[in-house]
Amino acid sequence: MKIADTIDIYSSASQESQKSFLYRFHVDLPLLLGLLLISAASLVILYSAGGQDSELITRQAIRLGIAFFVLFILAQVSPYHIQRWTPWLFAAGLMLLFSVLFFGESGKGAQRWLDLGFFRFQPSELMKLVVPMMVAWYLSEQSLPPRFSRIMYSLLIVFVPVLLIAKQPDLGTSLLVGSAGIFVIFLAGISWRLIFLFCSLVAASAPLLWFTLHEYQKARVLTFINPENDPLGAGYHIIQSKIAIGSGGLYGKGWLNGTQSQLDFLPERSTDFIFAAFAEEFGLIGVILLLAVYFFVVLRGLYISAQAQDTFTRLLGGSITMTFFIYVFVNIGMVTGLLPVVGLPLPLVSYGGTSMVTLMASFGMLMSIHTHRKLLPT
Amino acid sequence: MTTNNFVHPFRYFFVVALLMVLMLLLAWRAVDLQVVNKDFLRGEGDARYLRDVSVPAHRGMIVDRYGEPLAISTPVDSVWVNPQLFQPSHEQQKQLAKKLNIKRKKISKLSSGRNRGREFAYLKRHVSPDVARQVTALGIEGVFLQREYHRYYPKGEVTGHVIGFTNIDDKGQEGLELAYDDWLRGIKGKKRVLKDRLGRVVENVESIKESDPGKVLRLSIDRRIQYLAYRELKAAVRRHGAKSGSLVMLDIQTGEVLAMVNQPSYNPNNRGAFKSNRYRNRAVTDVIEPGSTIKPFIIAAALESNRFKPETVIDTSPGLLRVGSNVVRDHRNYGRIDLTAIIQKSSNVGATKIALKLEPQTIWDVMTRVSFGYSSGSGFPGEASGLLTHFSGWNKIEQATLSIGYGLSVTPLQLARAYSALAGDGYLRPVSFLKLEDGLQAEEVVQVFQPETTRKVRGMLEKVVGKGGTGTKARVAGYRVAGKTGTVKKSGVGGYTDDYIALFAGVAPASNPRISMVVIVDQPTSEEYYGGEVAAPVFSRVASGALRLMNVTPDNIPPIGTRIASLGDAP
Repeated sequence: MKIADTIDIYSSASQESQKSFLYRFHVDLPLLLGLLLISAASLVILYSAGGQDSELITRQAIRLGIAFFVLFILAQVSPYHIQRWTPWLFAAGLMLLFSVLFFGESGKGAQRWLDLGFFRFQPSELMKLVVPMMVAWYLSEQSLPPRFSRIMYSLLIVFVPVLLIAKQPDLGTSLLVGSAGIFVIFLAGISWRLIFLFCSLVAASAPLLWFTLHEYQKARVLTFINPENDPLGAGYHIIQSKIAIGSGGLYGKGWLNGTQSQLDFLPERSTDFIFAAFAEEFGLIGVILLLAVYFFVVLRGLYISAQAQDTFTRLLGGSITMTFFIYVFVNIGMVTGLLPVVGLPLPLVSYGGTSMVTLMASFGMLMSIHTHRKLLPT
Repeated sequence: MTTNNFVHPFRYFFVVALLMVLMLLLAWRAVDLQVVNKDFLRGEGDARYLRDVSVPAHRGMIVDRYGEPLAISTPVDSVWVNPQLFQPSHEQQKQLAKKLNIKRKKISKLSSGRNRGREFAYLKRHVSPDVARQVTALGIEGVFLQREYHRYYPKGEVTGHVIGFTNIDDKGQEGLELAYDDWLRGIKGKKRVLKDRLGRVVENVESIKESDPGKVLRLSIDRRIQYLAYRELKAAVRRHGAKSGSLVMLDIQTGEVLAMVNQPSYNPNNRGAFKSNRYRNRAVTDVIEPGSTIKPFIIAAALESNRFKPETVIDTSPGLLRVGSNVVRDHRNYGRIDLTAIIQKSSNVGATKIALKLEPQTIWDVMTRVSFGYSSGSGFPGEASGLLTHFSGWNKIEQATLSIGYGLSVTPLQLARAYSALAGDGYLRPVSFLKLEDGLQAEEVVQVFQPETTRKVRGMLEKVVGKGGTGTKARVAGYRVAGKTGTVKKSGVGGYTDDYIALFAGVAPASNPRISMVVIVDQPTSEEYYGGEVAAPVFSRVASGALRLMNVTPDNIPPIGTRIASLGDAP
């Protein structure tokens, strides 16, 4: 089932489907609209949560611009090339992770950055894309469903970088990278029996895992279980966040009128906890609308993956979409107190750069998958 | 190449379904927080930023009888810090210390470890709004302002004793500030404000209760007379090297205090100088033995007994009288003199002889009628009531010493009040520090002497100031004065010392008395120590000014031909 690698069998623009202007530039309009809506929501709520600081908004707008530019560039790269470069990118990513381990820059107690002289760079971000690519590449080499040994190798591909990232320590990113890889294996069609087996194994090893966690990570989990235990310390974030969301009510307090966020009670309100600020000011209606847009993006991603023409793109597209969903779910779950506090931003809304660019790059790949159709019908 | 055999279509369906469920979970959580638990969470939220704070109330002004301010409250700001947030840099500490004129050490101490547990500490209280603005402009975290009112006394030392002062929390501590604290003090209001996490007031939400400013207190004091009294008493105390002094002036017709000053005094605007021996209102809180100024009351008792007339002659020779083991002396042998001369010359022997011929109860009755031994009812904080023992316990010696003003004690205020009854119109009125409206307090006025008695006593007292009297220096140009001098040997440990108190008590004008005044100079160290030499001149100067300020018609116009300006229409 190996794809011919001597010729590019993808067309730069689909022959038989729509030939709209956007399509010619490999842009998927529904996906783009969804992303633009979310970005707009980001600027609106950031203006309020960031204390109406126009400079903050400008910086976020520039970041969004860069991210959309990256999206656009990646959309131009055909899946054929992406697939061809995957092993090399993975090898490079691994090397970078190792070098972070030895020469990395520390920031806020964790060693995540690599100083390349002219700019600082987080290799773990790259791995969010490269790990699912690598697993998809590996699994798509043979027919599916994969044999047991291939599953094991795939797991190895996933867990080496995951462990390296977890060691930095960056629990949130390592979980994301891990789940992105696992999603590919799952989508490749491993048997339910195996899934069940893995799940039980993870559940059984959970107590062991507890002891490998850092103190602050343990604290987060404990705080999640009972935030009122330590209302001024670790539980403060989650209590304040729930209060902010709850006091929004059905219609919200209105833009710029959120007392919890405006009066500085809500911590991290322009970054990880921006959802709470949003929920306070726009209420349940705003929340449902935001969730709907997110879900629309997810559905569109899944649709694109389902429409993909070969195994690699199908697995990669599915993984990208699900990873995006996990982002949303974990962040909102954390802010609303459903999940423990994991330092994950709300994708495309939270103030901050690196993960936004990675996300947009992945959406660029999704668009590329959708808009580069094979010339030869199969 | 097929496209569909390598990925389970079911997997995609499963994934979509799973994601849908998870999305619904998030949505449900939002409903749970924003609809189901909304009220609880909103309440919790409100509790975090809505605060009820008190609004300071403006303390009422104290004014003199003409509405001239004697104590006013001006808005000031107090600078306080929350040590948990207050972490100024070295440079900020320096700026703050300079602006507030405090030591940098005090600032660094507040931000140091020992104070970290506190949430409130004053940095400096009562700074001017201008300085407060500059402090705010420094933009140091954890520094806050609190609106307060600072009490300011425009007349300073002059009214210090009467008005007293408030503490830094605007609460009355001494004097009338204390006595009328409830009246002056406003009722604090309450307002709801929006505070951010750092406790800064962001917005006033609503006023729960308006603050109720304190009411204006209008005193009976005439600030011009008060100033005159202050100036003259201070000059006399200084000239005679005296330890202290007091002056009280009452309006005879109303019982109002027109002036009350003491020496030494203090400036109520300078809290650093507060010492109790300076801020004590001696005219009310300190008692003295009245000495010869008591004699008119003995005479009144004698006249009322109908056994004596002003012309009744008493033999005072040889100028001394043995009573038990004690000897009562006169300055010299006055020989046979009448009651008027006894007062005029202040004959101790004469007064004693009269007293010993009277029933103890008669004497006690007169003294009790003018409220010796009882409070004057002025309500002034710390007012002394003096001491007058019951006549049933008197022996001859006590009756004798009492008649020359020893063995009982009165406050200067009591003495002035008693003189306003005896030498005034015969009525005893409650002392009032507040300006009275016409007709007020009429019920509490008691007639304690017959007009006949007061007229006779006043006539004798006029002789004191007249030629040959002991109090000639109390004369006032244009007015007739009736008064009595007193020179009291001070009692000390184990008996009487060689120190004296110089007194003069009197009323003016004698034809229709309007003011009653007592001047006391304690322990003059100069050559002069007699009441007639030390206290009488003060009486003269103060009464002279007061009568003119009060527009009292002169009753002692010099014979025609002597020109007096400003009295053109007098005959």
